[in-house]
Amino acid sequence: MARTLIQAPSSVRRGDSFSLRVLLQHPMESGFRVGAEGQVLPRDIVRRFACSYNGERVIEVELFPAVAANPYLEFSALASASGTLSFVWEGDHGFVHREQRAITVT
Amino acid sequence: MKRRLLLAAAAGAPIVLQLRPAQATPEALAAAIHSFTGGTPLREGKVRIEVATLVDNGNTVPVSVSVPGAAPAEVAAIALFNERNPQSDVARFHFGALAGLRTVSTRIRLATSQQLVAVARLADGSCWAQRVDVVVTLAACIE
Repeated sequence: MARTLIQAPSSVRRGDSFSLRVLLQHPMESGFRVGAEGQVLPRDIVRRFACSYNGERVIEVELFPAVAANPYLEFSALASASGTLSFVWEGDHGFVHREQRAITVT
Repeated sequence: MKRRLLLAAAAGAPIVLQLRPAQATPEALAAAIHSFTGGTPLREGKVRIEVATLVDNGNTVPVSVSVPGAAPAEVAAIALFNERNPQSDVARFHFGALAGLRTVSTRIRLATSQQLVAVARLADGSCWAQRVDVVVTLAACIE
């Protein structure tokens, strides 16, 4: 189970753009590094991140090995209605991690 | 005769300078950008990369890309590319119906001093780019 840090406001004004900051604990092994025994360390990265808001897409991010370990992303969403923000990370070797946050629109 | 040669050289010089950045770009970078833009010619402007020009640690380099030259709803996607990492792609951000301001930030790896390219694809299909040169003192370990 991967650890995440998600900074999302608990309440926002309708129509406002609000900032979301997410961080996932993940090594993002690039597949270009060589280990202690000289073997190439197999690639293990998060390839895709998506955020949706009440089922509607906010952002979808394709990640490549050039993204640093513990991938951090900052983006904005538009406050439309109270509900849930859901976040999903997908990566190599069947890695999937999901998170949800409740949000109130005033 | 000599003056004519000098004038010709003077007229030719600015063209040479303009061509140089395009030649320095490796084919892999051009191919990666092509796969994002779908062959639409890049225009300079509208996009802004915020990154330290002198990077102490190439393992985590904070980068922020915004599109101050266009209304938020006009921006369909933003992509970030690099010139000299093993792979030219860094990240691609596709905005959905509920995306807010089109400013994205992340932390990236830089293998060496190189050029970063941010490309924004607008809803009308046009593509805009900005290039920034960064100097890296401690490179990200890729070996």
